[in-house]
Amino acid sequence: MVDDRKARPPPSAPATTRGRAAAPGPGARLLVADDNKVNRLLMTRSLELQGHKVATAQNGRIALDMLHAEAFDLVLLDMEMPELDGFGVLAQMIDDSKLRDIPVIVTSSLEGVADIVRCIELGADDYLHKPVNPALLKARINSSLEKKRLRDQQKELVKRFATSEVADDMEESGFALGGRRIACTVMFSDIRGFTSLVESQSPEETIELLNTYYTLMFDAISGHGGVVNQMIGDGLMAIFGAPQALDDAPLAAVRAALDMVEMIELFNVERVGTDKEPIRIGIGIASGEVVAGYTGTQQRATYTCIGDTVNLAARLEAHTKEVQRGILVDGDTRLALADRVALEVLGEVMFKGKSAAVSVYAVKAQAQR
Amino acid sequence: MPEPIIDPTIFADLQEAAGAEFVAELVGTFFEEAPVMLAELRSAQAAQSADAFRRAAHSLKSNGHTFGATRLAAMARDLELGGLVADTGPIDALDQEYQRAAVALKGLCDG
Repeated sequence: MVDDRKARPPPSAPATTRGRAAAPGPGARLLVADDNKVNRLLMTRSLELQGHKVATAQNGRIALDMLHAEAFDLVLLDMEMPELDGFGVLAQMIDDSKLRDIPVIVTSSLEGVADIVRCIELGADDYLHKPVNPALLKARINSSLEKKRLRDQQKELVKRFATSEVADDMEESGFALGGRRIACTVMFSDIRGFTSLVESQSPEETIELLNTYYTLMFDAISGHGGVVNQMIGDGLMAIFGAPQALDDAPLAAVRAALDMVEMIELFNVERVGTDKEPIRIGIGIASGEVVAGYTGTQQRATYTCIGDTVNLAARLEAHTKEVQRGILVDGDTRLALADRVALEVLGEVMFKGKSAAVSVYAVKAQAQR
Repeated sequence: MPEPIIDPTIFADLQEAAGAEFVAELVGTFFEEAPVMLAELRSAQAAQSADAFRRAAHSLKSNGHTFGATRLAAMARDLELGGLVADTGPIDALDQEYQRAAVALKGLCDG
C-alpha cells in the first residue's frame, strides 16, 4: 500500500498568474533569440512588417528569463548562441509545463541534418534555414500560431469539463489511464426534495436554479481547495486532497460544507423574496483511502475516485434525510478534525453494503465560526 | 566573367522585403559587427578555442548569406566546418574578402 503524495509535484500556480498571451494571429507577441545583431534586427523587421510585436534576446539564458517573465505566443530561436545555445533553450522549455506549449520555430544555418533532427526531437515546431525567406516565415508562423490557438482552446475545454486541478495534473503528469491509492476526503451533496421541486416549476426555471446552485457550490468547494469531479442532476461529488495534495483535507471539506449551507441560506432569502420555495441541501463527508486516477478510454476519460470512502460519503449524504441534519461526517473525518469543529454524536448506523456499523456525526451549523 | 562580390538578386530581394532604407541601416550595423566577429575569429584562433572559432565563423557565414556576399559566406563556412586553423592565413583571406564586400555593399546602398 503506497501513499505517493510526497512524490507529487507541488501544486501549480493559480491560472491567473500563468503566462497567457493575447489571442494570436496578426499582432501576436513573439520572442526572437539570436546572438547576431544583424540577424536580430532583420528578423524583428520582417515580423513587425507582418504586424507582430517583437521582443529580442541575445542569448538563450536571457531568452528563458524573458519567457518566465512575460507571455509570448511564439519563439523564433537561433541555435548557435553563447552562454546557453538553442538546444539548451529547447531542453529547458520541454521540461517546463508553463513553457512547453509555446511554439518554437528554429531559424538557423546549422550544417547537416542531424542537428535539425535534434531540434525537432527537442520539441521545435519547425525549422527554417537562414537567411529566412519572408513569405515562408509568414506561412510557418501563422501555421504555428493557429496550432497553438487550437491547443489553447482544447486546454480551456479540458479546464471547463475537468476542473483546473485535474487539467493541471494532466499537464504535469501527462495523460495516463490508471489509478493510485491516496488518502483524501470525499464529499457528496444534493438538493433535498429536488424531484418535487422540478415538477412544480418550468424546465427553464430548473436549469437556472441548477446553474446558480452549481456556481455557489463550486465557489465554496474550490474556495477550500476541493475539486468537483462529478455532477449528476442536482447531486455532486467533490474530492479534497486529490489530484493535488491538500493540507488538512478533512477540515477543508467541512469548512466548504458549512460555506455551502450558508450560501444556500443566502440564496433562499432571494428565492423567498420572489415567491419561490427555499431549497435545502444534504452533505455527506468521509475520509480515508481511495483509488484515484483517470478512467475511461483514450478517447474519453474522467478523473475519478473509487473505494469504501466514496461509498460511505454517498451513504452519509443519503442519511441526512433520515436524521434531518444538514452535514454528516464519518469517524475518520471526526478524528482528523479533533475539537476544531463542534459535532453532535449520532451513534452507530448500519449502512447498506457495509459489514460493520459506522459511527456518524453531525456538524453543528455555524458553531465553529 | 567573375562572380560578383555581392549577388545583386539576393540584395535586391532583401531591399524589397525589408525596405531599402532599413537595409542601409542594417548594412551599417554589419559594418560595426563584422570587424568584431573577425577579431573574435583571430582571438579564438590564437587561444585555439574551437567553440568560439566555430561560432564567429558561423555568424559571418550567416550575415554573408543575408546580404548576398556569397563568396564571403562560402569562405566563412569553410572555417566553420573545418574548425581551428594552424595559422592566420585563412582569416586574413576572409578579412580581405570582407573589405571587398563592404565596399560593394556601400556602393549598392548609396547607388
